[in-house]
Amino acid sequence: MSVVTETTARSEEKFRVTRSRRNVAWTGGGALIVVVVLALFPYLVGAGVWTIMVQAFIVLTLASMWNLLAGYAGLVSVGQQAFVGLGAYFVLIIATDGLSPFAGLPLAAIGCGLAAVPLWWLLARLRTGYFAIATWVLATAILLIIERFPSIGGGTGEPMPGLSGFTPTLLTAYTYWIGLAVTVVALAAIYLLLRGRLGLVLTAIRDDETAARSSGARVGLARMLVFVVAAIGCGAAGGVLAISELQVQPTAVFTVQWTAEMAFATIIGGLGTIEGPILGTAVFILLQQTLQSYNAWYLISLGLVAIVVALFARRGLWGLIDEHLHVRLFPVGYWLWDPGSTGRRGVLGFGRRQGGQHS
Amino acid sequence: MAWVNAIIQGILTGGLYALFACGLSLMFGVMKVVNLAHGDLAVIGGYVAIGIITVTHLPVLWSIVVVVPLMAALGYVLQRTLIQASLDRSVLTTLIVTFGLSVVIENGLLQFFTANSRAIGTGNAIITSSFSLGSQIQIAYLLVVIFATAVIVLLGLQYFLSRSKYGRLIRAVADDKEAAQMCGADYRHVFGIAAAIAFGTVALAGIAYEVLAGYLVFLAVLVVRPEGLTARRARS
Repeated sequence: MSVVTETTARSEEKFRVTRSRRNVAWTGGGALIVVVVLALFPYLVGAGVWTIMVQAFIVLTLASMWNLLAGYAGLVSVGQQAFVGLGAYFVLIIATDGLSPFAGLPLAAIGCGLAAVPLWWLLARLRTGYFAIATWVLATAILLIIERFPSIGGGTGEPMPGLSGFTPTLLTAYTYWIGLAVTVVALAAIYLLLRGRLGLVLTAIRDDETAARSSGARVGLARMLVFVVAAIGCGAAGGVLAISELQVQPTAVFTVQWTAEMAFATIIGGLGTIEGPILGTAVFILLQQTLQSYNAWYLISLGLVAIVVALFARRGLWGLIDEHLHVRLFPVGYWLWDPGSTGRRGVLGFGRRQGGQHS
Repeated sequence: MAWVNAIIQGILTGGLYALFACGLSLMFGVMKVVNLAHGDLAVIGGYVAIGIITVTHLPVLWSIVVVVPLMAALGYVLQRTLIQASLDRSVLTTLIVTFGLSVVIENGLLQFFTANSRAIGTGNAIITSSFSLGSQIQIAYLLVVIFATAVIVLLGLQYFLSRSKYGRLIRAVADDKEAAQMCGADYRHVFGIAAAIAFGTVALAGIAYEVLAGYLVFLAVLVVRPEGLTARRARS
């Protein structure tokens, strides 16, 4: 209230609203350079690194989608493995029909988006805990249904056809590139969506759903759009998984471990920022590679780190960085410049998150 | 006759599921916590029972007397520390923390106890014997015992909630915790008690499930193991 009064009291020219506190031209250039370097990785480093990177791409895509759901739309899904599995199976089905799995991947992702629409119809009324459990139930139900079809491998799964023409090195390189492509498209899509109208609507919902509704924001449509986009992203990641594994096994693609990984990577990195999942995925892969030889320990430590971060550093690692440096690689909020009072600077929109959201 | 059999067996098995679910429902109703680690707590209860039985050679029934209070105490402590801390922050945090707890417990059990199935009380006569109704329906004594336990627990819980002092407190806090606080009820303590009941009942359900698994092992069907996370590890 006092801010508003101050605003009207002083001359309005003093205020300036920009996307970011700093110029973001270098961010775009930097991102482009990173993508080009990553695309050239197969020529620069050994095949062992590619395999780890493919895993990183899968986790990063999943984490970004989960972040979009939980961090921006307040939809905490514990059943995103449904779309990982569906994506993998759609690629398998398309490949069985004779098309290359690589060409089938975009189709599979779109298929997941279409499948998400009727599922959303079932979930639309549910919130928080009910929503979380319902998504989990749906994922399990889809697994049980798919296991009933012997033509796609039943309960044991099928090897991926259409990949025998490649030499192992070439196949790994192609898998790497398609993984990179999926990740870049996913991040770009999320960034553009949040910069646009959807981002504004989601901000409004986060702050006050009733107020947003009464101002004409189409709350249901915005949530559905987020759910469908997340389904497409998770489906694409599932497709990459199926290609990199050379096989589709129902319990492996539908395991709740995918949701654990995407959620923990997001929370550790920072919920509600696009940068968070990237940082979180880096931490995740680091933990996984260090603790790989100790079996279950990497998930145990990941879970513990996520609990600690959720309790004590609620904006995650990126939140800590942002708090001190005000750095935004992907600015989707607005920065309010107020030269009049030096202390009162803040970010509007998704920049600075206050506590107690979605309660 | 087959469908009568299915209905009877279904109702008896439903008793076990009710035992599993009543704690979950209590925690959700009172604290609005969706405890995603609830199922893992049942498995912990089962493993604690196995531990106690192998160390002390107590019969299965007596292990319950030790395990249920132990798990209830764990529930109280966990509620007063971790779950309360996450409740103070947001609904999202409770989901994340209980989900994290679930993954930690599941993988911890996998790490220390492997993925092999275990069962308790396989040698016991009451566990493996059954009686027949008519010519085609065979009912295991064990299922009847578990169903009876579930009914007793649920009736007891109902009586406790509607008649006792702490039951009134729990209902008051569930209705409006601030108002209850103003009337002098420490809602954190009441939450702890509700969690203790939830953990105790789910431990009981875990033990019942494990004994039932022993019966099913006897029938050459394997059931109990910390589910899930084995498939992925096989590839990485």
